[in-house]
Amino acid sequence: MNDQSNTPEDRSTRLKGMGCSRKRVEDVRFTQGKGNYVDDIRMDGMLFGDFVRSPYAHARVVSIDSAAAMKVPGVLAVITAKELEPLGLHWMPTLAGDKQMVLADGKVLFQGQEVAFVVATDRYAASDGVAAVEVEYDELPVVVDPFKALEPDAPVLREDLAGQTTGAHGPRRHHNHIFTWEVGDKEATEAVLAGADVVAEEMVYYHRTHPSPLETCGCVASMDKVNGKLTVWGTFQAPHAVRTVASLISGIAEHNIRIISPDIGGGFGNKVGVYPGYICAIVASIVTGKPVKWVESRMDNLMATAFARDYWMKGRIAATKAGKITGLWCHTTADHGGFDACADPSKFPAGFMNICTGSYDIPVAYLAVDGVYTNKAPGGVAYRCSFRVTEAAYFIERMIEVLAIRLGMDAAELRRINFIRKDQFPYQSALGWEYDSGDYHTAWDKALKAVGYDALRAEQAQRLADFKAGKTRRLIGIGLAHFTEIVGAGPVKNCDILGLGMFDSCEIRIHPTGSAIARLGTISQGQGHATTFAQIIASEIGIPADDITLEEGDTDTAPYGLGTYGSRSTPVAGAATAMAARKIRAKAQMIAAYLLEVHDDDVEFDVDRFAVKGAPERFKTMKEIAFAAYNQAIPGLEPGLEAVSYYDPPNMTYPFGAYICVMEIDVDTGEHEIRMFYALDDCGTRINPMIIEGQVHGGATEGYAIAMGQEIAYDEMGNHKTATLMDFFIPTSWETPHYTTDHTVTPSPHHPIGAKGVGESPNVGSVPAFSNAVHDAFRPFGLVHSHMPHDHWRVWKIARDLGLHG
Amino acid sequence: MSKMHITLTVNGTAVEGLAEPRTLLIHFLRETLRITGPHIGCETSHCGACTIDMNGKSVKSCTVFVGQAQGAEITTVEGLVNADGSLGVIQENFREHHGLQCGFCTPGMITRAHRFLQENPAPTEAEVRFGMAGNLCRCTGYQNIVKAILASAAQLNAAKEAAE
Repeated sequence: MNDQSNTPEDRSTRLKGMGCSRKRVEDVRFTQGKGNYVDDIRMDGMLFGDFVRSPYAHARVVSIDSAAAMKVPGVLAVITAKELEPLGLHWMPTLAGDKQMVLADGKVLFQGQEVAFVVATDRYAASDGVAAVEVEYDELPVVVDPFKALEPDAPVLREDLAGQTTGAHGPRRHHNHIFTWEVGDKEATEAVLAGADVVAEEMVYYHRTHPSPLETCGCVASMDKVNGKLTVWGTFQAPHAVRTVASLISGIAEHNIRIISPDIGGGFGNKVGVYPGYICAIVASIVTGKPVKWVESRMDNLMATAFARDYWMKGRIAATKAGKITGLWCHTTADHGGFDACADPSKFPAGFMNICTGSYDIPVAYLAVDGVYTNKAPGGVAYRCSFRVTEAAYFIERMIEVLAIRLGMDAAELRRINFIRKDQFPYQSALGWEYDSGDYHTAWDKALKAVGYDALRAEQAQRLADFKAGKTRRLIGIGLAHFTEIVGAGPVKNCDILGLGMFDSCEIRIHPTGSAIARLGTISQGQGHATTFAQIIASEIGIPADDITLEEGDTDTAPYGLGTYGSRSTPVAGAATAMAARKIRAKAQMIAAYLLEVHDDDVEFDVDRFAVKGAPERFKTMKEIAFAAYNQAIPGLEPGLEAVSYYDPPNMTYPFGAYICVMEIDVDTGEHEIRMFYALDDCGTRINPMIIEGQVHGGATEGYAIAMGQEIAYDEMGNHKTATLMDFFIPTSWETPHYTTDHTVTPSPHHPIGAKGVGESPNVGSVPAFSNAVHDAFRPFGLVHSHMPHDHWRVWKIARDLGLHG
Repeated sequence: MSKMHITLTVNGTAVEGLAEPRTLLIHFLRETLRITGPHIGCETSHCGACTIDMNGKSVKSCTVFVGQAQGAEITTVEGLVNADGSLGVIQENFREHHGLQCGFCTPGMITRAHRFLQENPAPTEAEVRFGMAGNLCRCTGYQNIVKAILASAAQLNAAKEAAE
């Protein structure tokens, strides 16, 4: 047993712990089609539910006649708000402190809104039933523009709020106004703006888009009337919170509800919210006594489940003539659609939009956000983003470029002279955050050198000269972005969702033979938790990662946690994992000392064992220690070897990165070609480089889609114009660029293993890099700003409007 | 609605079942035959999660009526494992090169790659990207999928050469 021939390095390699590109354990089942997603679940007698949806964006529901539908073979029930009302379930609370109709209660507020729920023996019969339900509507005036929604005579959308001059986040000043959220020093900022050498001003719109995971949302609800237990399998990014919310709104005791998130086919924020489909499936199961499945179609998903962004950000940035930024002002109009169903920590109605000072040392700043109701779908979720960080990063990275134009400066240099310096961390931002760590100059210089920035600028200048000389019709744009994220929500003292503190958890049990199982309060949606969290444990307690099973998503077995979104799994649950492992290691040390007959302090941890200090040949492996924990009566110690940790982080983590995009643009067609995309990420300690790289590729591709074509668009009547994948742009392998990844490592000082989280960085950082590249190409011709998405048509229009088509 | 008697060969096994003529092949595979590898991502032929191999061609099974598949030879991702139950070459390379994350597109992606590499056994990277463009992935940005397919091509060709 005493394998002294192995060097510590050999033993460490065998563990497959932190820092190695361990292959994913999930892939063996996924690559052969043996995943278990919600739609794969089938139960005896299972029924299928589907929605009648509103064809109108704003209308009164005059009547709903389900008689014909009930005659359709296979249809068993048609549920409307009238049936839900006695249960108090015709409306439900949103995560943002508002309430939302489960089924249309007298009126509809957006096209695609859920009006009735048809329950049938299979999906085809349910669809027939949906077609047979007759609904009479009385159309109302529609408002899709958030600025028009705030005009005095705008149509009243939320009649249920009549007379309520105070909402969940303070005063409401208009019938379509939801909240005003203010941060920073308005007076001081405006004084700086008034006296500044230079003030650049711009309206930056981050358009409405959608997370659109490849698997849509769905669930199977099963009420067991014999034992009174409700089980719901669903696409839930936060299963424990769903259980608590389900208990609070249904009145079913929490111990009688079991929520299970099986394999999830991508989430990206879309699966954080609670949707009418879940409630209706649960009610249908209670009514029929049978399991009921609801799985939305792609069109349902794009029309009705949570959208993202839709922020109109008006900015003013002040600087000295030399380019030192002296102040930042921002007013945002946030279009929330018919209900405020944003998924943000309760005290942050505009999420972490106040990270909008970005990577820069800005002495004074002010931010105000006004939330507005319109006749669009509700949502405003964080699409691969920590609560509006994407909007904030896009805003500041566009404002920097606009300022560079005003100053006539190189945008890379402007960033460099304004970065927060390494010696300023921990850094207190003007809008209230304490940045834990960073080294922006090092990352920036590394990035510029890696892409050959000066040579690129020279090539770009030559191309411009050639263009002007009529030798080419293609321009080069160099898109720069340096982003700072704020992830890992969060300290319970200021972050909660519906009153639930945003800690997270891990429970580890070591089996007698030295293998282990760990359970977490999070849930993977493709991030590879079963692979990476086992690596943390392997490094912390010296059990091979391959000997550790990892489970998440079952509220009956996993410890309580707030789930996976906002890049919080590694910063919060990853920390809990390390802390639980350290509790086990502490007990293992006592067991080892007992077995080696020395004092606790005389043994030390060595990769996969405890050895006597100064006598490394005397040791007990973790395997031996585990067995001893179960078969030896050790004085003063309980048998067994397990631990649980609930981790409340002292601060958020602040990953950052430098992204550079080189793009060629055809002036006559508006088409683009991404010649290079370089992504440098600093996510602190790196657990699995292969998975980090994969996250960057995927997030940057989402960013590419958003910047270059993806949008949720409505016409003036509130008709949804992008409800299929024909119209809603998701890049294929053909147009997706090639990515070069790089990194620096600045560990988080407060995280047990120094990790910061990375999943969302590439979406946050890539959108401004792509967008800035488009703008940069046209900068010599006077373009200051143009709204995304930069699809071929819009880019062609930029060229036309600048008179470049001759 | 009266039902049709459907007979198919799926992954080398003769199977049969009853289905309404309007039933989509993907629903017949998933719900009647319980072959749940192929997934449903859009029901409009855009995403390719439901891709299967039917009579030697890649087919999006969400836009085929089951009656159109009468008597067909079908291969799904489940049929691409080796006889001993180990992962097939393409499956193994997707794992090796991190060509998947959430796994939802993976069955369709691998089944398409299986057919693509028979159509073009020695593709360039650009040909892989073009040949795989009917299958959407939201997680990986395709870079590692392309890598996995190119690695598979090399291995399959080396194996073929060795056999000859």
